[in-house]
Amino acid sequence: MPNENPMLRVQDVKFRYDPEQPRYAVDGVSMEIRRGEFVAVLGANGCGKSTLAKHFNAILLPETGTVLVEDMDTRSEEHLYDVRQKVGMVFQNPDNQIVATIVEEDVAFAPENLGVPPAEIRTRIDEAMKLAGIYEKREAAPYKLSGGQKQRVAIAGVIAMRPDCLVLDEATAMLDPHGRAQVMRTIRQLREAGITIVSITHYMEEAAQADRVLVMSRGRIVMEGTPEQVFSQTQRLHSYHLDVPQAAELRDELSKVGIELPKEVITPEACAEELYKLLK
Amino acid sequence: MLKDITIGQHFPGNSVLHRCDPRLKLVATIAYIVALFVAPNPLGLALSIALLAALYRVAKIPGKMILKSLKPIVPIILFTSVLNLFFVTGQGEPLVHFWIVNIYAEGIKYAILLSVRVCALIAGTSLLTYTTSPIVLTDAIESLLRPLAKVHFPVHELAMMMTIALRFIPTLIEETEKIMNAQKARGAMLDTGTFSQRIKALVPILIPLFISAFRRADELAMAMECRCYHGGEGRTRLKQLKFTAEDTRCAVIITVLLACICLTRLFVPGLA
Repeated sequence: MPNENPMLRVQDVKFRYDPEQPRYAVDGVSMEIRRGEFVAVLGANGCGKSTLAKHFNAILLPETGTVLVEDMDTRSEEHLYDVRQKVGMVFQNPDNQIVATIVEEDVAFAPENLGVPPAEIRTRIDEAMKLAGIYEKREAAPYKLSGGQKQRVAIAGVIAMRPDCLVLDEATAMLDPHGRAQVMRTIRQLREAGITIVSITHYMEEAAQADRVLVMSRGRIVMEGTPEQVFSQTQRLHSYHLDVPQAAELRDELSKVGIELPKEVITPEACAEELYKLLK
Repeated sequence: MLKDITIGQHFPGNSVLHRCDPRLKLVATIAYIVALFVAPNPLGLALSIALLAALYRVAKIPGKMILKSLKPIVPIILFTSVLNLFFVTGQGEPLVHFWIVNIYAEGIKYAILLSVRVCALIAGTSLLTYTTSPIVLTDAIESLLRPLAKVHFPVHELAMMMTIALRFIPTLIEETEKIMNAQKARGAMLDTGTFSQRIKALVPILIPLFISAFRRADELAMAMECRCYHGGEGRTRLKQLKFTAEDTRCAVIITVLLACICLTRLFVPGLA
């Protein structure tokens, strides 16, 4: 199945916020996201990763190059709402994404906009809230929920459109560790439900769970590969002002004192297993 | 202090009043306010208060909520009653005569009736917000104003603005408190100083609040676009408003009761 009809295809996209300035925020990016994939995008602040993400559902349009969502050009006006329905987007601050004063009303916002008949809205939002794990809170007021719960409301609000792809723009950045764990669990569930996930993140532990990692720097993609491939190149990541996951850091420190762990050790589980083997 | 604001506070429940069509509740509340002004006599007011008490009972809303909603207007009530007490002149001898102050029996009557009327007004409108979630209320307003859309009045946009405003009240209150604490930590004197000093101390609170509100608005607009928002056209609603048989019964009952209250005007003299 790989390579046939990609979910997202970005071809040589260039974009700058101010056409008078020579510097491009996204400077010639080409990439593909396959169906059902979980891709993490890493990069230091201001490297253009959020700008790139906003091209995925036509919030921004490229200056040159094209973005295709299931072969629909994001530039075409007639497909605008098809594109936005297919590629859902969740932002950093859940407070600024919730429109309504009751959880279920908020989740219903997108299907209402799409003109879905009321009876179907009900089934869709119930499904979305269950998938995001906030069904029990459906009648609560959003401001009474915790950060992780609010962010899951925001996710449910996007899932209710039944998108094929979910773009998370630093969706866990404002959450405490507990909230982040909740959201990550939801993301894993969505992935099992077959939704393509593109996660822009600063947390290497999150990126370690992805199928593929893209590293951006100065508006370009500079590294690409499986988390194992990317996180085994600690030096190179440091040069882009990025860290490796803690398990990989431990691996590097141990190799400095002569205890070699395999390069693929990037998750706490794999690390624990290798250490167990060493100690045995 | 900020947490006392009860606007848009909703008490979820499942009474007749909660289930009732919000359009009916809205119209009935307006009619109730009209009735308070049409029948400002002791009997009419007593009946309106009895009606209100009965409705609060039906809605199972605790009495202390009424007091809570009345608390912010106590100064206004005191102020107007004191004015009435001193400035309303009646026939005959004043009850109290002291220096230039004259208090007549009419003054006392006016003061009492007016305070009761204002209290009933606030308690009545609070009942609407207690039993109706703000979003349902905006739906009702949108639905009632829909005929105006024909003359290009932006009904949907207005309803959307109200929904978002209601949604952001708690968020912005929280934010204000955070900013106040942050400024206090930097040595701002918010609670002391002269009146003008305190007003000036509010500037460093309002400016960050406004900037943050603009930023939030910007992000919210983007999030709404991401969720395919494109105005009211072709939009469906999760909850359709339906006028049921129960609503018809409620409408008849409330109409009859309010009519009775209005009719007391013919028998009992009251405020002008």
